[in-house]
Amino acid sequence: MDLSNLTIHQINDLLKCREVKSVDITDSYIKRIKEIDPIISAYLYNDFEEALSNAEDADKIIQKNSDFPYLTGVPLSIKDIFLIKGKRTTCASKILDNFISPYDATVIKRLKKNNYVFIGKTNMDEFAMGSSTENSAYKITKNPYDLNRVPGGSSGGSAASVSADLCAGSFGTDTGGSIRQPASLCGVVGLKPTYGLISRYGIIAFSSSLDQAGVIANDVLDAAIMLKAAVGFDEKDQTTRKLEIKNYPEIVKKADKLTMKGLKVGIPVEFFSEGLDPKIYLKIMEIKDLLKGLGASIVDISLPDTKYSVAAYYVIATSEASSNLERYDGIRFGSRFNEDKNLQSLDELYKKSRELGFGKEVKRRIILGTFALSAGYYDAYYKKASLVRKLIIKNYKDSFNNVDIILGPTSPTPAFLIGEKMSDPLSMYLSDIYTISINLAYLPALSLPIGAVENPTKKGGVLPVGLQLISPWATEERLLSVAKVIEDEVKFREKYTPVM
Amino acid sequence: MNNNNYNELHDASHSFEAVIGLEVHSQLLTKTKMFCSCQNIFGKEPNSMVCPVCLGLPGALPVINFEGVRLAVKAALALNININKKSLFARKNYFYPDLPKGYQISQYLDPVSSNGYLNIETDGVEKRIRINRLHIEEDAGKLIHIGSESYVDLNRAGTPLVEIVSEPDMSSAKEAVSYLKELRDILVYQGISDGNMEEGSFRCDANVSVRRKGDEKLGTRAEIKNVNSFKFVEKAIDYEIGRQIDLILSGGNIIQETRLYDSKENVTRSMRGKEEAHDYRYFEEPDLPPLILDEEFIEKVKNSISELPQSKRKRYADEYALTSYDCEVLTQDKNIAYYFEDLIKVNAVNNKGKVEIKKIANWVINDLLFALKGIENQPALKKGNMPEQEDFFNLILEVETGNINKNTGKIVLTEMLLTGKKPADIIKEKNLAQVSDEKGLEGIIKQIFDENSKELTDLISGKDKLFGFFVGEVMKKTKGKANPKKVNEILKNFIEEKKN
Ligand SMILES: [Zn+2]
Repeated sequence: MDLSNLTIHQINDLLKCREVKSVDITDSYIKRIKEIDPIISAYLYNDFEEALSNAEDADKIIQKNSDFPYLTGVPLSIKDIFLIKGKRTTCASKILDNFISPYDATVIKRLKKNNYVFIGKTNMDEFAMGSSTENSAYKITKNPYDLNRVPGGSSGGSAASVSADLCAGSFGTDTGGSIRQPASLCGVVGLKPTYGLISRYGIIAFSSSLDQAGVIANDVLDAAIMLKAAVGFDEKDQTTRKLEIKNYPEIVKKADKLTMKGLKVGIPVEFFSEGLDPKIYLKIMEIKDLLKGLGASIVDISLPDTKYSVAAYYVIATSEASSNLERYDGIRFGSRFNEDKNLQSLDELYKKSRELGFGKEVKRRIILGTFALSAGYYDAYYKKASLVRKLIIKNYKDSFNNVDIILGPTSPTPAFLIGEKMSDPLSMYLSDIYTISINLAYLPALSLPIGAVENPTKKGGVLPVGLQLISPWATEERLLSVAKVIEDEVKFREKYTPVM
Repeated sequence: MNNNNYNELHDASHSFEAVIGLEVHSQLLTKTKMFCSCQNIFGKEPNSMVCPVCLGLPGALPVINFEGVRLAVKAALALNININKKSLFARKNYFYPDLPKGYQISQYLDPVSSNGYLNIETDGVEKRIRINRLHIEEDAGKLIHIGSESYVDLNRAGTPLVEIVSEPDMSSAKEAVSYLKELRDILVYQGISDGNMEEGSFRCDANVSVRRKGDEKLGTRAEIKNVNSFKFVEKAIDYEIGRQIDLILSGGNIIQETRLYDSKENVTRSMRGKEEAHDYRYFEEPDLPPLILDEEFIEKVKNSISELPQSKRKRYADEYALTSYDCEVLTQDKNIAYYFEDLIKVNAVNNKGKVEIKKIANWVINDLLFALKGIENQPALKKGNMPEQEDFFNLILEVETGNINKNTGKIVLTEMLLTGKKPADIIKEKNLAQVSDEKGLEGIIKQIFDENSKELTDLISGKDKLFGFFVGEVMKKTKGKANPKKVNEILKNFIEEKKN
């Protein structure tokens, strides 16, 4: 029996009635990874022994208890940006090639408490900098819908691993769209929660004020299940908030299309401007009509300052990154490149380690950020970008005075070809044009697969399209409920599967 | 240089004045470090007091230690510095192996306190030194150089610090030292810092410039680092003032630079190069929320401040009529000051103010402090291990009432410090009480007369010098226990009798 194409809640059902064991499910995934991942390259490394041992532990718990958490015995993949004690964590960078983490990220601690099954670390853009996973220092991950195309990024390995059924769900991070954009390109659900909802402790920092851990899942209920397991105040992360933890899975289960009646859905004019693939535009309009048909009222809104969001984002994100990445100096951990021992000074050791340890895009951003923070430029760049950020926050706040939820595309295009944008960083940066402003505004957003468009380079092939839903601060339950209603109507999973 | 020239130069140097500002770094006496829960403790095995946060490991995040905040606010309040109810942490970015994150968490644009002052007294002249700011930051680790290799010890990394920046209001090295001493006294008194300059928990950098008297414009300043005692601060500043005046008079230009003080040669030397090129790229620390202090908290800290040494000195002079030297010595160490005040209480409450306060002060200054110094090298005795106040006061009483003489009192005090025994017990055990009973003394004196008949005859016949000889003999016979007053009395009577 192939048990590797199930959702988390389906696995949970099977485990609950003791029809299968976690070990069987884990074994199915292992077999599939061995067969398929050489083609997809979603994983940087797997630890099948550990996975089976986790599964055995979970089976013991399941045997003893009739009630156990949803994630017990469920094989999940983890973006290689989360620290797991005793495991290699590279952030897809050569500079951390030999880094074994001495501690667990808070998210990992919580997952371990749930007795999840750790099946492997997924590929990503180096230090989460990129939108195609092509910036990995190790390998190029392929889009399961077309092996010539990218899975998106930076959590491209995570999205591909869920899309290709190489795990039941995956934890990733989203700094400017790094969960939602790959989820959109790979036809899976991606949720970036409100900033501060999930602890960042033990997640390698790219841009501290924008980074947020989130989930990539097969469907909305799975996303709700994974979210609930990870959220909550953490005394080790002072940017987390003490909020009431909501029972997202139960809320999602109760989602009803009748509740769409009277829902005020905002359509921001700025999200439908030039640059948006017309076929994607049409798909989004279908959802707009669907919601209208269910009784929602559609409101045209404007987020006038989002046109500055990409610029502001790249100033803030690179500035923070230039500082966050200073600890990679080859002194205490990670790679030190002085094999020849000919280095004449400390500066040379720093330079050599960072020159050989970091990839091109990481260096580009460190240089950008260093420049933006330097004396004489701070006011013109970092300070101004922070002001723009305040304007964007206000844009959303004003909009949410009139609407309950905002709807738009996740990505301006479907999955692009490998290599297509590598020589043009600006066009690569623009693939996050609809996701970036949400990170700047600390808000939650979800990408939901709503259909597919024809693949122009593969006869008979299709490429998934993602819808983005944005809701006010800390209202993930609203995002999930609306997404669930749409999901039940469009039935993406029934219609589309990757063909590898 | 001929004499004439020298005199010219010497005269010319009098037309200059020095402008000095000080930056003081003081560690705070917290149990744990500023941003993690590692112990804040000195002298442990290298890298034994560390965790992911203070090691700057990937993914680790800082958490504000509120005890550190409390002590910083206490320091600010004790130094008359305004508390800013909202302040921000900032990152100061630079590469150095003792700085694990590649940045120091500090405060920059919005410090926790700003605009204060400290009144100092130098050679009897009072002066108010303005304080620009006091802010919170973390200390760096330490480098240990052994041969051609360097080792990093990060036990100190993350130790809470306050940086206290004065305005350039001092005009001599002596004033600078007065300011430093006053500042350190306050911090030590309030239990904020241990004020140890040699161990580096209290450090000072001096900004020194000179200008022609009457000039409004400040001269170019040099920053002197690496001065680890009050004596060196004075010497380094004096040297630097002289160097700058000489340089200007010989037609040279002062360059803005950092200079290191070399205490062996008593010179300052330019550090040159890199240090000067630093652009710290300060920006708001995105891992920490703004530091918000409420009125209640500030009031609470205010109430925890005890009397400052300055006002103690004034009070001792006013209320007890002590000399300024006495006041100075008694308030140097807060433990001594509190001890002295306890003795006054014992005197007033239990002994109806029997002993003059000036006498108590003399006992503390001349006897107790002296005795403590004398036995400092006794390993059994810990520094500051003082006798119970009641016991010490009883010792004073034993001498004041004539039960023992002053010299015996000193012997008893040493014994008290070494054994912790009560004075009465020591006197009894060692049979130290003065022989005051007249019959006994008369007997002894008669015996001495018999043994020294020649000297007696000489004395009676007018050799008054021999009176002292007989006193000495009595003391010898009584092993110093005879009450000298009584001995004098009886001897005089006997001799008068014999003369008549
Ligand atoms: Zn620590």
